[in-house]
Amino acid sequence: MENTQSNSANPRMDLNFRRKKNAEDMKFQVIAFALTIFLTLVAFVAVGYDGFSHWFIVPFILLLAVVQVGFQLYYFMHMSHKGHEAVAFFLYSGSLVGAITILTFVTIVWL
Amino acid sequence: MAAEQKYTEATWPSSPERATLEGKNKFLGFWLFLGGETVLFASLFATYLALKDKVPSADHALAKDLFEIPLTFMATMLLLTSSLTSVYAMYHMKNFDFKRMQAWLLVTVLLGAAFLGLEIYEFNHYVHEFKHTFTSSAFGSAFYTLVGFHGAHVAVGLGWILTLMIRNAKRGLTLYNAPKFYVASLYWHFIDVVWVFIFTVVYLMGMVG
Repeated sequence: MENTQSNSANPRMDLNFRRKKNAEDMKFQVIAFALTIFLTLVAFVAVGYDGFSHWFIVPFILLLAVVQVGFQLYYFMHMSHKGHEAVAFFLYSGSLVGAITILTFVTIVWL
Repeated sequence: MAAEQKYTEATWPSSPERATLEGKNKFLGFWLFLGGETVLFASLFATYLALKDKVPSADHALAKDLFEIPLTFMATMLLLTSSLTSVYAMYHMKNFDFKRMQAWLLVTVLLGAAFLGLEIYEFNHYVHEFKHTFTSSAFGSAFYTLVGFHGAHVAVGLGWILTLMIRNAKRGLTLYNAPKFYVASLYWHFIDVVWVFIFTVVYLMGMVG
């Protein structure tokens, strides 16, 4: 069964193109990593520093976490690439069910 | 084109993880699994949030007594860095550089093992210094279930990547094992995604009170 993608008639040129493309992907991944580390530092500093109120810090660090996870999913896990439509559907369906579960537990469970 | 066929840099396809039907199926099936894992971890987070600081008496430790910034920060940096090293491994996989891929996977495994070591130290510390155990309170049960479940994922990930590295050490890269490496690296990133929420929701929000 012919399942492999065909490379072009000129393998050498094809190789150079792919190398360049992979290197470019890598560049974005390193940038995403730097931003991830930066957001993590901001979150830890916000908690370590005494001046902010609880009502500011909690939503703020949750927002940082969501942004950071976005970097992980779209750059590290390649969701920004083509052919990830079904993948996005799976993941967002799971997230929706998860979000409803969390909402339910924090609002109607008390001890 | 057989999956075991020998490739060269020039003939290696640009998306080796999805070049065969088996690879495509693995890719899709694994993401479906990750969607399920999302629900599973969300329900553990929900339980933790509902039971946080629910202790039977005032002499039990609460979240703000237990968690400390330095340990959490170190664990976070180790795991975030291991995510980058596994991305490096996949970069070399796409460039058909088997040796470099193996080397970066080894770094990933070492960082993951260091993370796991810190977690074991941490749990040991809570149990002996604070008498915060799985059965001491609802808070304890929810905490160890959530964080422990993540730790178990790290342990499984380590075993998985190591097994792949050893099993394929002499085989080199083929379209048969490229999807296996790719899917293992997806799993590793997912562990990191879960940790981002754990360090934020459990540790940082726990310290804030």
